Amino acid sequence: MYETNYHRASSVEDAARLMGEAGEGKYLAGGMTLIATMKQRLAAPSDLIDLRHIGAMKGITVNGRDVTIGAGTSHYDVASSDALKAVCPALCSLASHIGDPHVRHMGTIGGSVANDDPAADYPSAVLALNMTVKTNKREIAADDFFVGMFETALEDGEIIVSFSFEAPDKAAYQKFPNPASRYAMAGVFVAKKGADVRVAVTGAGSNGVFRHQGMEAALKAAWAPDALAAVSVDAGMMMADIHANSDYRANLVKVMAKRAVASAG
Amino acid sequence: MTKVTMTVNGRKVSGECEDRTLLVNFIRENLGLTGTHVGCDTTQCGACVIHMDGRSVKSCTILAVQASGSEITTIEGISSGDTLHPVQAAFKENHGLQCGFCTPGMVMTAVDMIRRHGGQLDEQTVRQELEGNICRCTGYHNIVKSILSAADEMGGAKQAAE
Repeated sequence: MYETNYHRASSVEDAARLMGEAGEGKYLAGGMTLIATMKQRLAAPSDLIDLRHIGAMKGITVNGRDVTIGAGTSHYDVASSDALKAVCPALCSLASHIGDPHVRHMGTIGGSVANDDPAADYPSAVLALNMTVKTNKREIAADDFFVGMFETALEDGEIIVSFSFEAPDKAAYQKFPNPASRYAMAGVFVAKKGADVRVAVTGAGSNGVFRHQGMEAALKAAWAPDALAAVSVDAGMMMADIHANSDYRANLVKVMAKRAVASAG
Repeated sequence: MTKVTMTVNGRKVSGECEDRTLLVNFIRENLGLTGTHVGCDTTQCGACVIHMDGRSVKSCTILAVQASGSEITTIEGISSGDTLHPVQAAFKENHGLQCGFCTPGMVMTAVDMIRRHGGQLDEQTVRQELEGNICRCTGYHNIVKSILSAADEMGGAKQAAE
């Protein structure tokens, strides 16, 4: 790891100020991606602004069907929240399958979404649950947030503070984890609220997480796994690597979507 | 150099290190507690698992400065004098180790796992919970057996105390 200078922020404002004073600074949430990347010398921020001790960024509030999750909430805390489980168990289940128990104790929802790894699980939930991403500057709709691989609408120095959404009637997430890395080779989050259906796909698309309009239309017409049988998933927009070519991934997307609908019930 | 202060195994300690120093290196080199191991150095093997503020974490993927002010427990801190922790005793009794390199991380993982599940563990849960710990000797069978046996023992002790 190259040299770096560590700063611990006491509040969101303090963090933004520290970033303003830094050279090539980076915010540090749980560090489960950033520290690992720095060790490989793939990232070399001059300054690290640690957000982990900002109490206001942590915790889950459920008010009726309205859910707010602080960006600094760990995967473990999302997975084990009884209040969240009562209204949106799919999100708890997603969080409980990220990395391993130790990673889930450190990693945060805000860190995962801000990084926007194309194989990360959370971006699919943000998109399918139509979350509002609240930052220290503004509110961003999920549909405007994800721009591409590792690329979001966040501006330099902008910090995600929380995520909010209205719990769906039905939702589920299913992924096919790479047998070695356990990252999703295809992960599909389906959510139904009233007549509206949203389907978000992660791990597979060559431009990062995306919504699949074809599957959404089919599921609006009939909420059942078989409703997806005739929907085509374009292999042209899938990633290809040594683990799976684009045709294989396109098929996986459909299989995961069917499993998700089946598991949502 | 930055001054780092933390409570390790109940003792307040401090030391000077670079901001880029990993917690595992601080524990091993500054504090001389070499029970915590570095296996893969890429957050995968779990040989470096310790407890920070009561939760299991991988100390090879945390900076020492991040842990400043926290409560740390390492493998050296779980026995009571010469009496092994029930998880350590179960690993010994069930032959839950061969070369022993992964064992400190396995034991710290098991202690955290039993704490979270309240002693109510089954084989499938233990195997899932071991996702972040790699053993190249045992084939995991006796590790799983050790953890289940310790969970029974600790759950039983808890009931007896109530």
